[in-house]
Amino acid sequence: MIESTTDASSAAASGISKCPTGIFGFDEITGGGLPRGRPTLLAGAAGCGKTLLSMEFIVRGARDFGEHGVFMSFEESEQELITNVRSLGFDLATLVTTQRVALDAVRIERSEIEETGDYDLEGLFIRLGSAIDAVGARRVALDGVDALFASLPSEAILRGELRRLFRWLKAREVTAIITGERGGGTLTRHGLEEYVSDCVIFLDHRISNQVATRRLRIIKYRGSRHGTNEYPILIDAQGFGVLPISSAGLDHRVSRDCLSTGIDGLDALLGRRGYYKGSSVLVSGTAGAGKSSLAAAFADSVCHRGGRCLYWSSEESPDQIARNMASIGFDLEQHFTSGRLYCHAVRPTLYGLEDHLARLHRIVGALKPDAVILDPISSFTAVGNLAEVRIMLTRVIDFLKSAGITAFFTGLTQGSEPVHLERTEECVSSLIDTWLLLRMTDVAGTRKRLLHILKSRGMAHSHQVHQLLLDDCGVSVVAAASNPGEPR
Amino acid sequence: MTTSSEPSTCEVEQVRGWCLRLYVAGSNPRSVRACENLKVLCETHLAGEYEIEIIDLLENPSLARGDQIVAVPTLVRKLPEPVRRIIGDLSDTERVLVGLDLRPRR
Repeated sequence: MIESTTDASSAAASGISKCPTGIFGFDEITGGGLPRGRPTLLAGAAGCGKTLLSMEFIVRGARDFGEHGVFMSFEESEQELITNVRSLGFDLATLVTTQRVALDAVRIERSEIEETGDYDLEGLFIRLGSAIDAVGARRVALDGVDALFASLPSEAILRGELRRLFRWLKAREVTAIITGERGGGTLTRHGLEEYVSDCVIFLDHRISNQVATRRLRIIKYRGSRHGTNEYPILIDAQGFGVLPISSAGLDHRVSRDCLSTGIDGLDALLGRRGYYKGSSVLVSGTAGAGKSSLAAAFADSVCHRGGRCLYWSSEESPDQIARNMASIGFDLEQHFTSGRLYCHAVRPTLYGLEDHLARLHRIVGALKPDAVILDPISSFTAVGNLAEVRIMLTRVIDFLKSAGITAFFTGLTQGSEPVHLERTEECVSSLIDTWLLLRMTDVAGTRKRLLHILKSRGMAHSHQVHQLLLDDCGVSVVAAASNPGEPR
Repeated sequence: MTTSSEPSTCEVEQVRGWCLRLYVAGSNPRSVRACENLKVLCETHLAGEYEIEIIDLLENPSLARGDQIVAVPTLVRKLPEPVRRIIGDLSDTERVLVGLDLRPRR
């Protein structure tokens, strides 16, 4: 134990220089980026995003960090490369014409090649060196270099030359990414990992519940601490994104301020003036018990007080939410229009859990909301088992807490027996700071909604069962005893 | 190092003309061997019908890209078309002849 601690701290002290990628989340899990002036191997199966990650490294380097780059592709033509990244908002063509990025597409047809004696790959070195010199490159990406194994007949010469290439890159002190196709028993099909020893990153593509999720893992990072988890990755309109899941610790600062629940009667029950800012709130209950109504009340209140709120809906469209909530007196439409309320409505089955999580990160990063509502969390069980959903929600809660954002979840419970009600299907209750329970009951032939507070950490809350009233003027909470049997 | 050993031209109308370009990197023994092998082979099989251009990539690094040069030495048959690429020091004469389409492929 002690030895490993010393190891880690001495590595941190020697502090190898890092080259920031600017890729969402990536620099966080690598402690600052790729090892500067060294080659990094990026291995993975086809379609994992190897080309995109390496291209983003080059483009962002030239555009955002003033480090020019060379992208040498062994698979695609220059024009294909430019077209492929245009959809991600990268203007590669301009970077090329302004001499900030050099592209070179290496194409060798095995059928055109006849081998007639001894040779080496000095041509490739000269080509790469000339491209590096032409733009003054500090960064280099070699995408699909293992395609050479298919086009050149002599594997022995190729291996020797690749070893020399990686040494040469190091000697030129460029920060390089080399991508390689995943192999059967080995990391890459042609064992490129043998030559690159400083940093090895693995991209993976898995399908569970018919939903594909890409993941990234840092297998090796010499001289640096790094996250060892598998990190979900996301490829969307902003490019590549890595979800830094483990960066969320339990060291976030807590707030003593509160956000109103949007319901005066409920604020009063919570001892102070609502939910603690940055806390996690769960409202669970049976179907129709008023979970979404409490969510709407909270969203409305946050927006009215000048805050921003993200409403993550897994079951209803924004229009439907606005219409339904108008019927109980909440005009959410105005908040959609003002941009204070942002609704992300997507079926859970559209993506894997981690993809959802990554999207949440992206949206929260852009929107910077004061509160996030997930309505309902129970629907995520459609794309993952309970353990996976629990892990995902833990990450959501950790992430939002560390950002000081109030998290509001609704959860559907099956059955109305107390034993069912007091355990949420997703088993996240231990992560929740404030847990409200809603249930329906029959009193004198009328269905009534009952609310009670199962727990609320850090506040003196009511232990009474109260009644939740929904009507066209809004939502109110009254003591159940004070209103016996007479629904409004 | 760029030399043209024969006065014949690469004009398209000269159908039987061979236009060959040899890429090397510096004048190391392998480059020298490739040049010599090529000249002997051309004199033997293509006498009077060929032109050789030798390009040293150390002097003209930007030319590597145009002809998709990775390995050196690489001999490129520019004419007659289609373009052929032959890599190595050209010491295996049989395979050079196959590569130049002067011998049928096995």
